[in-house]
Amino acid sequence: MTSVKLKLKDSDVQQLKEVAKSFNNQPGELINVLHKAQEIFGYLPAEVQEVVANELNVSVAKVYGVVTFYSFFTMLPKGRYPISICTGTACYVRGADKVLDEFKRLLKVPVGETTEDGKFSITCLRCVGACGLAPVVMVGDKTYGRVTTDGVKEILKEYEDEV
Amino acid sequence: MELIKLKIDNRTVEVEKGTTIFHAAKKLGIEIPTLCYMNLGDLKIEHKPGGCRVCVVEVEGRRNLAPACATECFEGMEVQTHNVRVLNARKTVLELILSDHPFDCLICAKSGTCDLQDMAIKMGVRSIPYQGEKSTYKPDFSPAIIREMDKCIMCRRCETMCNDFQTVGVLSGINRGFESVVAPAFERDLDHSECTYCGQCVAVCPTGALTEVDHTTQLIRDLADPKKTVVVQTAPAVRAALGEAFGLEPGTLVTGKMVSALRRLGFDYVFDTDFAADLTIMEEGSELLDRLTRFLGGDKEVKLPMLTSCCPGWVNFFEYHFPDMRDIPSTARSPQQMFGSIAKTYFADKIETNRKEMVVVSVMPCVAKKYECTREEFKVDGNPDVDYSISTRELAHLIKRTNMDFASLPEEDFDKPLGESTGAAVIFGTTGGVIEAAVRTAYEIHTGKSLEKVDFEQLRGFEGIRKASVDFEGTEIKIGIAHGLGHARKLLDDIKAGKSDFHAIEIMACPGGCIGGGGQPLHHGDPSVIKARQKAIYQEDAGKAIRKSHENPYIKKLYEEFLEKPMSEKAHHLLHTHYFDKKRKDVLLD
Repeated sequence: MTSVKLKLKDSDVQQLKEVAKSFNNQPGELINVLHKAQEIFGYLPAEVQEVVANELNVSVAKVYGVVTFYSFFTMLPKGRYPISICTGTACYVRGADKVLDEFKRLLKVPVGETTEDGKFSITCLRCVGACGLAPVVMVGDKTYGRVTTDGVKEILKEYEDEV
Repeated sequence: MELIKLKIDNRTVEVEKGTTIFHAAKKLGIEIPTLCYMNLGDLKIEHKPGGCRVCVVEVEGRRNLAPACATECFEGMEVQTHNVRVLNARKTVLELILSDHPFDCLICAKSGTCDLQDMAIKMGVRSIPYQGEKSTYKPDFSPAIIREMDKCIMCRRCETMCNDFQTVGVLSGINRGFESVVAPAFERDLDHSECTYCGQCVAVCPTGALTEVDHTTQLIRDLADPKKTVVVQTAPAVRAALGEAFGLEPGTLVTGKMVSALRRLGFDYVFDTDFAADLTIMEEGSELLDRLTRFLGGDKEVKLPMLTSCCPGWVNFFEYHFPDMRDIPSTARSPQQMFGSIAKTYFADKIETNRKEMVVVSVMPCVAKKYECTREEFKVDGNPDVDYSISTRELAHLIKRTNMDFASLPEEDFDKPLGESTGAAVIFGTTGGVIEAAVRTAYEIHTGKSLEKVDFEQLRGFEGIRKASVDFEGTEIKIGIAHGLGHARKLLDDIKAGKSDFHAIEIMACPGGCIGGGGQPLHHGDPSVIKARQKAIYQEDAGKAIRKSHENPYIKKLYEEFLEKPMSEKAHHLLHTHYFDKKRKDVLLD
């Protein structure tokens, strides 16, 4: 394991503790607390999982077990612009796989990882409920519909000037 | 209580509502095979994840087969436990499990005592028709336990023992699907987790995924070295279980045969950890009396209750989980370590040798003892008091390996002086035994009177947490007993909350105490085996001429010639220890 210890922001840790408290520090609320934790930190590094374990009085091993079970939870930091490609059935049959390949090719990172400059990360998700727009891609909160392989470059261009 | 009637293999049986098919079949004498199911009866641990699917049976009217261990019976149910469909399904399930299992049975440490191997033999598996990817994991070598997760079949029994019974929480199922495996958080090594090395995961593992570190090769080498004096000590619980490895009934005492086997293996001196258990009582009993006397005299600073400190799994547990309470346990070292310390000083002087030329080996029912003897505080200039510890299982292997016919071995006695012991020392092997031994001595020293009856029945039993009181001629001494770290945790939480009025508490990490230790012959989930060993221990005690530690003549001599008196400066130096705060510092607490 990594020996370098991540220093979490005190205010973030405080916020997480308040979240745990709002769930009465109940062990049964583990998944709900992890959802909120991922909202706060963007991902769930070991250090965050240890705080969650401590607040809910469950073992760190159990928390890690839940985090590694659900694909929604991630232990890797997301990019500033997290790209999510829907690979649900409708999107898939309309070419989501090719769109995904194009993102991977242009950004040179596999699914689940982040570009070296920390700008983009790629994840897949299953159905955002906008099948009429298939294939669908989301960058942060912004949704792109009927994306083609040629359109991928256009999407990335929108974020080119941003720092 | 509602009763329901059902038919299993065309025979009618009546069971309580809520009973599973597995138990209903058992009532008819039908044993349905399982790999993951585990029921530890009185210990109130029933593990039925329904994960292995080996126990499937056919239920009339149900589309698919049902797992017998996790399916409740209903009125009028008709079950077939061994028709063609069931037998084929079980074999397929097993072939699928084996398709992701290494084929190294011939060289596996668990070979011969492996549940998976037994099942493959039972089902007549002759080929593995399924080929595909195999799980591969880096083996994890800790000082006591080896994890080879390639051999894990995800029965998750270890997880139940680690979390529900011991509340240690080191192991958990992680990942999903083909990737899933049982591991510590962040897939750290055991050595970098809060593992107490209690070894209960090893005791219930059906395969070779979890085994103990093996020192037998080192031992054979040391025994063959003419320059070394090799001394062995055997823990009380070993003699009550070793026979099982040679087909004897659980609860058969094999003390004399064990001694002669050890002598034939080539040990220069065959001694008994029981001697050191008597010594432990002298030190721990005196410490208890000292704390009690000060407490009764109005000293508010004195730490009570005093907790026993013989069990290395328990010591690891409070160092990790209750470090702020580490001034409560007795400072007395465990019998294993007291023995090593005395062997390499007092005894080494007697036979005119030195500690570097002496090898002290212990035979223990335990895997945590392997770790305990590597602790830095139990070394002098880098030389450990106890060089290494082998388990009861390793000793059985050695006896088999050296062509001894165990059954026909003569009964022999331990060597003197470190082989003499009392009945009080023997009962160290069972839950309640250490405190009973301490009471026998503390009572007589405190009151100056001789006990008419040395058996304290109120301290005996198998309940996870027991409470009793002993009358010290007008002073009532309140005693708590816990076996299993989950039960210990409850008593500790009470102490922390100021709700505990005990004067002394005995804690052992394993079910039943050392007799149910992680290094014993496997009980394969049958708690009656542990109870039989307990009976044997009390039987050995009852048969001893001397049953109180302070009456052991060789203990008296040890104090006269060497240690002066209990808790003397020398005794403190050689027989006492201190504890550490091992709470993981990288945990963000505040």
